[in-house]
Amino acid sequence: MKKLKLKEFESCLQQVDTFDDPKLLLEQYPTRPHIAACMLYTIHNTFDDIENKIVADLGCGCGVLSIGSSMLGAGLCVGFDIDLDALDVFSKNAEEFELTNIDMIQCNVCSLPDKMPKIFDTVIMNPPFGTKHNKGMDMAFLKTALQMARTAVYSLHKTSTRQHIQKKAEEWKVKMEVLAELRYDLPASYKFHKKKSVDIEVDFIRFTCDKKMNGGMT
Amino acid sequence: MKLLTHNMLTSHVRGVRPGGGFPLRIQATEVKVNNVDFNPEFTARMVPKVEWGALVEAAESLGHRSDLPAEPIPDYESNEDFLRKVHHVLMEVEVVEGVLKCPDTGREFPITKGIPNMLLSEEET
Repeated sequence: MKKLKLKEFESCLQQVDTFDDPKLLLEQYPTRPHIAACMLYTIHNTFDDIENKIVADLGCGCGVLSIGSSMLGAGLCVGFDIDLDALDVFSKNAEEFELTNIDMIQCNVCSLPDKMPKIFDTVIMNPPFGTKHNKGMDMAFLKTALQMARTAVYSLHKTSTRQHIQKKAEEWKVKMEVLAELRYDLPASYKFHKKKSVDIEVDFIRFTCDKKMNGGMT
Repeated sequence: MKLLTHNMLTSHVRGVRPGGGFPLRIQATEVKVNNVDFNPEFTARMVPKVEWGALVEAAESLGHRSDLPAEPIPDYESNEDFLRKVHHVLMEVEVVEGVLKCPDTGREFPITKGIPNMLLSEEET
C-alpha cells in the first residue's frame, strides 16, 4: 500500500465522526485525531504490528483507532464496545471511508471470556482511564487485552498510574515499554467541565507478551 | 459480521459446558456479499488459525460454502484458487441480520445491522 504521510493521515482521521452525545458513565472521550495518528504511525512504522495483522480495538467507541489501522493495511480490524450508539457511528464511519476490513462486536470488554482464543496479533486501545465511577476499568481492559493478543498491546494510561501499571505488568509477566508521554487534551465534552479543556499527562505504552513467560496470564 | 469474526466468537453464558459455547449456530435472515481486496498473504496466515470445521459449517449454513473442502489442502500457501475461496468465505460473506445461537444453552444473540450483540445480563454470567 502507498506510503501515507503522517500529516495526511492525521487529516484523514479528522473526518471520523465522534460521539453525538457522550455518555459520562462510559467515559466516552474520543481519541483526538492527532494522538490517534501518532500512535498508529508508530505502531506501524516502528513495530510493523498493523499491516496484514488481525487487530482488536477494545472500547473502540466511534472507531478512530480501528479506521486508522484499517487504512494502514490491517488484514482485519475488530472493534469491541458495549455501546450500540457508538458502534452505529463507527459503522457509518467505516462505510464513509469505504473500508471493508472492519468488523464490530457489541459486548462488555471486561467480561470477555478468558478463553478468548489468541487469534489477534495486536490489540490497540484507548481504554477508559478508570477515574470516574469505574475505578480499575483501565486495568480490567488491559488484562483482557493481554489475554487476546499474540504479539503486543498498545494502550494509553494516565502517567500518574505508571508505577501501579509497572507492578501489575511484572505480576502478569509482561514486558512494558513507555513509547511516549503525551499531553491529552480532554475537550469539555461534558456539562460539568468548567474549563474549555483540561490537559492530562498520558503514557503511550507497548506491552509485549513474552511467550516463554506467559504462563501467568493464561 | 464476517465469518472470520464469527469464527472467534464464543458464548459464555452460564450453563455452557467447559470449553463449549462454540461454534455459535447462525440463523440469518439477511446475508450480503461484499467485495474485499484479496490479500493472499493474510489469507494464508489465517488458514491454520481458524477453526476450520466451524468455518465450513458456518459457510454451509448460509449457502455460501463456495466449494470449500472439508480440510485445508496441502501446500495451500501457493494455491491461489484455494486462497481466493477462503478469502471469499472469511471476509466477503457477511451476516447483516439474524441470530447466533449458543450450541449448549440455546441462548440467542441477535445480529442487527451486521453487529452481533454478545451482552449478557448479570444473572446470565
